[in-house]
Amino acid sequence: MTAVPDQDAARLTIAVPRGALFQETLGLLDALGVDTAELRSNDRKLLFEDIGVVTMRPSDVPTYVEHGSADLGITGKDVLLEQPEREVYELLDLGFGRCRMVVAAPAGADGLDESLRRLGTARIATKYPRIAMNWFMETGRQIEIVEVKGSVELAPLIGLVDGIVDLTATGKTLVENDLAEREQICESSARLIANPVSHKLKADTIDDLVERIRGAS
Amino acid sequence: MIHPIPPGTRDVLPDEMRELRAISEALRSTFEQHGYGEVWTPTLEYEEVLRTGDESAAGSSYRLFDEGGALLALRSDMTIPIARLIASRYADTRPPIRLCYVAHAYRAVVRGSGQPREFLQAGIELVGAPPPDGDVEVVAVALAALEQAGLRRYRLGIGDGSLYRALLESFEVPAAERLPLLEALARRDLVGLEVRLQRLGLAPDAERLLARLATLRGGPEVLDQVDGPLSGAVENLRRCYELLAERGLADRVIIDLGLVRDLGYYTGAVFEVYDPAVGFALGGGGRYDDLLGRFGRSLPACGIAFDLQRVHVAQTEEERLG
Repeated sequence: MTAVPDQDAARLTIAVPRGALFQETLGLLDALGVDTAELRSNDRKLLFEDIGVVTMRPSDVPTYVEHGSADLGITGKDVLLEQPEREVYELLDLGFGRCRMVVAAPAGADGLDESLRRLGTARIATKYPRIAMNWFMETGRQIEIVEVKGSVELAPLIGLVDGIVDLTATGKTLVENDLAEREQICESSARLIANPVSHKLKADTIDDLVERIRGAS
Repeated sequence: MIHPIPPGTRDVLPDEMRELRAISEALRSTFEQHGYGEVWTPTLEYEEVLRTGDESAAGSSYRLFDEGGALLALRSDMTIPIARLIASRYADTRPPIRLCYVAHAYRAVVRGSGQPREFLQAGIELVGAPPPDGDVEVVAVALAALEQAGLRRYRLGIGDGSLYRALLESFEVPAAERLPLLEALARRDLVGLEVRLQRLGLAPDAERLLARLATLRGGPEVLDQVDGPLSGAVENLRRCYELLAERGLADRVIIDLGLVRDLGYYTGAVFEVYDPAVGFALGGGGRYDDLLGRFGRSLPACGIAFDLQRVHVAQTEEERLG
């Protein structure tokens, strides 16, 4: 365990996700009066100390916030559901980055259903093994999870799996890959999260920021 | 040649050991000065006995069979073993009973989370002292111990583990809805909590208080947020705060109405200790008035424990800052 950087109670460090939530997060920071010019222009730099921002992939945000390296963070509900053991406060639904976690399978004849019926199990590819496993367990079906890191849509097309569990916003990627949505597991959107110790020791600063975000949206 | 040890465990070598020993000695001697005698209890207990204290055996994660086939478990905290000890070894002793310990406990960890599965705790248990005086004594001893260990910037959050339950009852929230709300609060999922509360169709004032409670933390003014007929629910916190203020400890204390500790046995005051150098609580505890009764000696009790490694991180940072 390492000590978190020392800073005064009025200063916050925010973990900002690069990727799908990045642009709208920048918009939110603008609305809060943060100067995002350098953040927008330099996509290789990770630490922007003078404005209290660190950038990272969305799935790393809960890690940095849980350990207190960042006081606050912005990430998707999907990420929080996939990492339920993280001890962080979920303070606000920021409303942007809306999407849905779905089960999808090749369009046409329902191979997923047939595997479940005839083989008693199905193979599901996903980047979200825990959400997927929970969903099928809760609905009383046995599956095997195949964890992949990217382009999940490929897996059922060439026979690696029967179906996938993935996020979709518009459903366009699914359609372009001849996949059809079968079930919706949950909805997701961007959330503001906080480190529990920061939430106590920097209470006023954090409450003030939360109020300003509520006011801005 | 490198031989592995299980993830989440570690070897401690002399340089670190000297510092850890100095901290544990500072804590232990403070406890001892306040009348808390040190005890050891076995690392391994009968699983069934731990389960007497808490259905989940206090989250015990490591179980094994002994040579006779009996089911043993590694303790996951010291509070339950000490409750057993009080009932069996102090059955006739007049309360209050004051005990302290420096001991390892064991919990399962999620791979890659960087959390230890074997951790060293230093703590106290005060048995037979009702609230608010018992709560205040435990807090005061804990603060004195941190001071002795060289910490300067720590704060202690104090809440009431039964408050939210009591409020749900007084607002007549249907019994079936209460557990999901308490779980959301314990998970710190304030978004989920608000969504669930909105579905209940409570009076606007009630809904607002229940949604805001988790973020009501600060000085004594937060107690005024729970007013009118409900103010009895925070009466013990109010008294604790007054008594701590009399001892000159008010500026060390954060009143935190949203504080819930996830262990199942807390019945009143709950504590958590914070330091700006560490992203996790340095320690915590609370009041568990029902626990000893389960072991056959019904007495009110209260305790607190620190994670030595986290106190060590805070203390080295304190030294660095000079």
